[in-house]
Amino acid sequence: MYEIRIHSRGGQGGVTAAKLLALAAFRDGKYATACPFYGAERRGAPVVSFVRIDDKPIKIYSQIHEPDLVIVLDTSIMDVVDVLQGLKGDGTVLLNSAHPLAGCNGTCRHVDLTGIALAENLVIAGSPILNTPVLGALAKMGVVTLPSVEKAIREMFADERNVKAAEAAYEELKV
Amino acid sequence: MLTIATGNKAVAAAVKAAKPGVIAAYPITPQTEIVEQIAEYVTAGDLKSQYIPVESEHSAMAACIGASAGGVRTFTATSSHGLLYMHEMVHWAAGARLPIVMANVNRALGPGWNTWAEHSDAFSQRDTGWLQVFVSTVQEAYDATLMAFKIAEHEDVLLPVMVNLDGFALSHIMQSLETVEIGDFLPAYHLPHAIDTENPLVYGPMTGPADYFRFRWDIERSMRDARGVIADVEREFAERFGRSYGPTEDYRCEDADVIVIAMGTLGKEAEVAVDRLRDEGIKAGSMRLRWFRPFPDLDLARREVVVIDRDYSFGFGGVLAHAVRSKTGIAPYSVIAGLGGQEVTYNDIADFVRNRHPGEETWFGVSDHV
Repeated sequence: MYEIRIHSRGGQGGVTAAKLLALAAFRDGKYATACPFYGAERRGAPVVSFVRIDDKPIKIYSQIHEPDLVIVLDTSIMDVVDVLQGLKGDGTVLLNSAHPLAGCNGTCRHVDLTGIALAENLVIAGSPILNTPVLGALAKMGVVTLPSVEKAIREMFADERNVKAAEAAYEELKV
Repeated sequence: MLTIATGNKAVAAAVKAAKPGVIAAYPITPQTEIVEQIAEYVTAGDLKSQYIPVESEHSAMAACIGASAGGVRTFTATSSHGLLYMHEMVHWAAGARLPIVMANVNRALGPGWNTWAEHSDAFSQRDTGWLQVFVSTVQEAYDATLMAFKIAEHEDVLLPVMVNLDGFALSHIMQSLETVEIGDFLPAYHLPHAIDTENPLVYGPMTGPADYFRFRWDIERSMRDARGVIADVEREFAERFGRSYGPTEDYRCEDADVIVIAMGTLGKEAEVAVDRLRDEGIKAGSMRLRWFRPFPDLDLARREVVVIDRDYSFGFGGVLAHAVRSKTGIAPYSVIAGLGGQEVTYNDIADFVRNRHPGEETWFGVSDHV
């Protein structure tokens, strides 16, 4: 089982990213669950979502305490939340950032999802859309496949710019 | 069709397939997604039902009672305080023998204000005469909702059915869902005592001490008959659609020395705990109780039992633990866990089994109790 924890702020699309990721994994022929932790939802508050991917049915409903992968859609959260808590020794971090994570000891990836969203003019209510480009980055990392990512995005969104943004993130992420 | 969906969306999809004539509902977290989705089906013309956006849950059930007695299939959904606000009409629906189906997204009761999973809301309606089933996966939410209509409307039952799913834990998780072509699985709605304007009768009139108890006994007789109807409907469902259900879902119980009994999502996660315990050499099993009313017969002879209650009857104990004790004579280790969405992992469940004290009660996370 591969366990992913997504950190974002309310309104940034972390919950939708979790759903898209589960859908893409499902289109890859895997079992997947996406469960956001719903707190007192409000825009801007730190939000955490969980995705599990496995080859067999997933029976776990509790939160992910020891993730294989941590995704941070908004690095300002790292001032208030210990995003690396419980990360497995061989775990991976993916940051939405133009710069690498300072002092990273393990496998750390970064890609400027915000820049990609702005380049595609993917903005809703003043916020860049991060949940579709992040799927492209995850495809590059081998968590899901790019065709399944594109399929999943098209199932949930009519706007092709979302697919373009995912493809741009796929190209930009260095692995 | 195979897709992924939330528990709420799965319930809505099953309702769409069942084609009720009337849906009356009032939104409440974490159930709202069910009635929003149904409203969208109706607006888009994908479901030709009359959708009544009522002003309260009490009115929602009252509208369902009228519509059901009027001769159409009806559905509503609620949660927590909504269910409690509906309470008077919940009794009435069962007493009037109306096969209404309701999804209840299990949620704790305030204060303190809490929108997360707990079973106290459903158990507060335990003695109303409703059948109560608790589900544990998105697929089961869909399947159980479909079967609920058939069970409720069976002439040997004619009682309402409450389909319970854990708030957020199941209502908002995304899992795979296979929807089915139901064909003639659900027969046309037929209520023997439906209102007939050509033949006016009095409904729910004054019933004196010489007769009232007969109607109460008739509810119980149907509850007892419902066991067989449930088994028949679940068997037919398995034959048609390939997924089997029973009064309990038993996992590695055959040779188990200790069995965990829980409901809803905790009951499913308990299977993971069982696998861990087996790896350690502890012969554990999981028995997830699905039907709470009518309560099934449980074969627990010569086993130790750990019951997890996501509820509590103050001044008495865990509702499920005492039901198990009453039905089997076995004194379980009673664990009160998961109240108001309290985080309970498979590791915690395994710990409950490792540290069990049959006959005692413990509150998970509370260290200063007797």
